[in-house]
Amino acid sequence: MSALLSNAILFSLFLFSLAMALTLVRLFKGPSAQDRVLALDYLYILAMLMMLVLGIRYASDTYFEAALLIALFGFVGSFALAKFLLRGEVIE
Amino acid sequence: MMPLWVEVCVAVLLVLSSVFALIGAIGLLRMKDFFQRMHPPALASTLGAWSVALASIIYFSVLKSGPVLHGWLIPILLSITVPVTTLLLARTALFRKRMAGDDVPAEVSSRR
Amino acid sequence: MKRLFPAPWLSLALWVLWLLLNLSISPGNLLLGALLGLLAPLLMAPLRPLPIRIRRPGVIIRLFFRVGRDVIISNLQVAWGVLVCGSRPPRSRFIKIPLDLRDANGLAVLSMITSVTPGTVWSELALDRSILLLHVFDLDDEAQFIQHFKHDYERPLMEIFE
Repeated sequence: MSALLSNAILFSLFLFSLAMALTLVRLFKGPSAQDRVLALDYLYILAMLMMLVLGIRYASDTYFEAALLIALFGFVGSFALAKFLLRGEVIE
Repeated sequence: MMPLWVEVCVAVLLVLSSVFALIGAIGLLRMKDFFQRMHPPALASTLGAWSVALASIIYFSVLKSGPVLHGWLIPILLSITVPVTTLLLARTALFRKRMAGDDVPAEVSSRR
Repeated sequence: MKRLFPAPWLSLALWVLWLLLNLSISPGNLLLGALLGLLAPLLMAPLRPLPIRIRRPGVIIRLFFRVGRDVIISNLQVAWGVLVCGSRPPRSRFIKIPLDLRDANGLAVLSMITSVTPGTVWSELALDRSILLLHVFDLDDEAQFIQHFKHDYERPLMEIFE
């Protein structure tokens, strides 16, 4: 891997972590419960994209499966939280 | 050894995607209203995810000198799951804001 | 043949998905994927609410590329709107769109399109499916937006599903 590509990967990982930090601020600030769920969902998406970038960094397929799993767990988690906020119970 | 144009393509796509993800986070933080805040995260799940997937397809296809297409599964999965979460969150927010008496439109079904 | 493959396109998609996930076309994986594609639609048949008749593949392909183009354009618009929101706050508001599309599958695809596009969020659908409440990030001209929405997305979906 040349210096160009590895620097670009480092730079994009840095921007992704900055985005995660900003999302964390929204997660702690709220103000309403749905804001926190939205921020948590965005954190999951950012983590998934970071996994894909790491997969390119280390030239490995395993990170792809981790990204798929994070996407699925994030979906189920945000769905359950939003459903809970809508009715106060997860399973009707 | 990888040709230069491949590395340039992959680098540009990765930086593009992270810039869009960062703009989405900035939007999430700076917007005033909850419904305005629902829009910026879609930046990362559409263009951000597409460019990372394209970068990973290009990179692995050149690395293994054959088509490696499984990167496309991520945008397809996201385009199925993200609308479900977004829809439910929007309905939740409308419901809770109506209960709290905020300034949101009334239910569309009742005024037929 | 019809009873063995209730949904041939779903079977084909599952088979391709299996091969893509395993990244190989060895005989064993071909066979396992085919088994998955054969069994999953049969096991899901009791859950399947509505049969889908899909016509006009040309319209589908044109709709696909139009949505892709609109998503990229609206990505750039929303990104710009976020960056300049300090000096020029976005004109966000709810609008009501009268709908002519009644098919449930078509409405599902329509909600996917509106949620995937960054500038619009599908908020609520009337019980009789006649009115849609949509939140738009930066709305310039309401009549023009409704006309674009109905012409570019709703009309092709009605041609495909009805």
